Amino acid sequence: MTRKMRGASAVALGATVALLAGACAGQGTADQDTDDTTTEAAEGGDVTIEWWHNSDTGEGKEYYDQVAADFEAANPGVTINVQAQDHEDMLTRLQAAFQAGDGIPDVYMSRGGGELLREVEGGLVRDLTDDAADTIGTLDAFVGQYTVEDRVYALPFSMGLVGFWYNTDLFAEAGIDEVSENPTIEEFNGYVEALKAADIDPVSVGAGDGWPAAHYWYYNVVRECPFDTVEAAVETGDYSDGCFITAGENLEDLLETEPFNPGFLATGAQAGPTSASGLLATERVGMELAGHWEPGVVGGLREDGEVPDWLGWFAYPTFPGQAGDPADQMGGGDAWSVSADAPDASVDFAEYLLTEEVQTGFAELDMGLPTYPGTGENLSNEGLRQLIEVRDGGGQAQLYLDTRLGQSVGGAMNDAIALMFAGQAGPQDIVDAIEDAAAQEQ
Amino acid sequence: MADNVTASADASSATSSGPAAGATRQGRPAAGQSAGGRRAAHSDLRKRLEIAFFVAPALGLFVLFVVWPVITAVQMSMFRWNGIGPLENFVGLDNYARVLNSDVFIGSLVNNLIIVASSIAIQLPLGLAIALLLNRRMWGQGLLRTIIFMPYVLAEVVAGVIWFQLLQPQYGVIDTLLEAIGLTPPPQGWLGDMDLALWTIIVILTWKYIGLAVILFLAGLQGVPDELYEAAQLDGASWWQVQRKITIPLLGPTIRTWAFLSMIGSLQLFDMVWIMTRGGPANATSTMAIFLVNEGTNRANFGIAGAASVVLFFIALVFAVLYQQLIMKRDTKGGA
Repeated sequence: MTRKMRGASAVALGATVALLAGACAGQGTADQDTDDTTTEAAEGGDVTIEWWHNSDTGEGKEYYDQVAADFEAANPGVTINVQAQDHEDMLTRLQAAFQAGDGIPDVYMSRGGGELLREVEGGLVRDLTDDAADTIGTLDAFVGQYTVEDRVYALPFSMGLVGFWYNTDLFAEAGIDEVSENPTIEEFNGYVEALKAADIDPVSVGAGDGWPAAHYWYYNVVRECPFDTVEAAVETGDYSDGCFITAGENLEDLLETEPFNPGFLATGAQAGPTSASGLLATERVGMELAGHWEPGVVGGLREDGEVPDWLGWFAYPTFPGQAGDPADQMGGGDAWSVSADAPDASVDFAEYLLTEEVQTGFAELDMGLPTYPGTGENLSNEGLRQLIEVRDGGGQAQLYLDTRLGQSVGGAMNDAIALMFAGQAGPQDIVDAIEDAAAQEQ
Repeated sequence: MADNVTASADASSATSSGPAAGATRQGRPAAGQSAGGRRAAHSDLRKRLEIAFFVAPALGLFVLFVVWPVITAVQMSMFRWNGIGPLENFVGLDNYARVLNSDVFIGSLVNNLIIVASSIAIQLPLGLAIALLLNRRMWGQGLLRTIIFMPYVLAEVVAGVIWFQLLQPQYGVIDTLLEAIGLTPPPQGWLGDMDLALWTIIVILTWKYIGLAVILFLAGLQGVPDELYEAAQLDGASWWQVQRKITIPLLGPTIRTWAFLSMIGSLQLFDMVWIMTRGGPANATSTMAIFLVNEGTNRANFGIAGAASVVLFFIALVFAVLYQQLIMKRDTKGGA
């Protein structure tokens, strides 16, 4: 095979290779102080706030435009430059801005965990602990994932959970009359067997993208390890506690029952009808493990674009003798961060986004699972309201472990878990991969 | 950069002085010689300035977009860096050790080598056969040539998406067709089975790139003089003998150039694999470029990505130089 090249010389090849590397890397020596213009403008009275979010379609986009306009009207002299963009595009642009130390928006979405830690260490994100103390007090239950050494760096506006979304019609067809909201692993295996007996592929998983498969291992960790054990392990990089091995063994047991869709190793997460979410949306599998985004994704993958009536939800199964609190869940959310050099009005705006009023509208449009106490009742989708009950039911929420551990360790971990799905790695290999990558970061 | 300009200006003035020196040897009068020398010196300077003027912009771009990134990549490969802040954590050659000790990288390298070897082993005879066939006068020749060349014109990403959909397990066109004629497709799908995925990709690469081989070989065939065929026919050579003794030897330079392009392309392979498998399942289709993007863009291990890119550069360089020296030398010699 060949690819078209203008000059068949080694130099041209080297150029391509190096360019690729160069493009990946950006530049290490860029200075980090930026946005002099905004700061000056703030002193002069007129302020422009650059706001990036990912609600780039339909009602969500209109709503956020309205929110920005309302804030401008209430704060003369403040202009908000709203940039609604596709989620993946936004992440890429943010990453590029952070690396260059230039063009970082004033208010942007943060996912917490290792990514936030990196921004904090780089001095790129503003400490909101004192400036937004009241709002932080209101959101107390959710700020943990955005806290670094007791300082809060982002205001969570949506916090969701991962669980099984299932097709109630197909479950009924398979003769599963009672679906528990909190099944045990035996009950879950029973569902899988019943679906198989009815010739329905039980579970879809987008192992081709890595993280959807990795969610199984994370959840096994949440089930098998006490919350504090995980926290300590993340802190020290020492994952020798036996519960991490048990989590891997539980996953191996599950894989042995062969619950997944044919070709799951190459299946994508959510893009198109042949992705894991697509298989659920087109009624070809019984269920899928996914987060609170699933109703939106499934709806988007159906011909009529509507969230189907048959979509139900139950929690990840529990295991006999598990050391984790059964009420603990795994999930994650989105929060508003303010960049280090943003004008002060940006903090006011971020706080405004977390008022009861704005969060209520946010809930009514099912844009996420709101964090302002009580606003969850306004969610239109019943499945999502059910999630709010579980989320606020007293357990603790562990952040998706790959986000928690950051790109480097998280990537190595996801790779090892994907190898287990392919039958190429055992429980110890996953732990080794995490410890090895974590040691490199120390 | 300035040094380079002077160097190349020197080099060209050295060549241009050749004929002048020859002329002197042919016996010019001494007076004329000195006058000519002064003129030559003047025009030499002028020539140098001209060269500097015309080469500088291109050289500037070359340095900015090629030399400087290469240097940055080498510099980056000596540090542990997550993409934010200055390069501080110097680790020497540690990143190289990690790359070369990584099973994934070695696996990727092996995959690249398998693709290099199989691309040539499959596409050379196949391309040659198709080219010889299409070189005969026949009905629909132009149409057939277009069909064969079409996949090559298609963007690699587009081809990747199309094949990805065709190869879907269960619901894809290919599996449906296979089932219709009573065959059982692999349960995990062509791209989801660790033993099949790489070979599936090699088949698709063959489909995609056979057009280039055919078109190059066809072009080469046009350069074989008709007289040779006529002479062979007069001597009573069969069609096979003509191909073996005349066509293929005379196609040698074309074949060797094509093989070089194919090799370099195989070493750099990225887009198609990224679209279809992202290097999976379980790294079964990972290539060096995929390893590099995974480490750099996805995991923010820019030092390791830098080291991998330098390793990839050297492997490609060694291949290129050896190939030029051992195989293409006689072509370049013959051409000079």
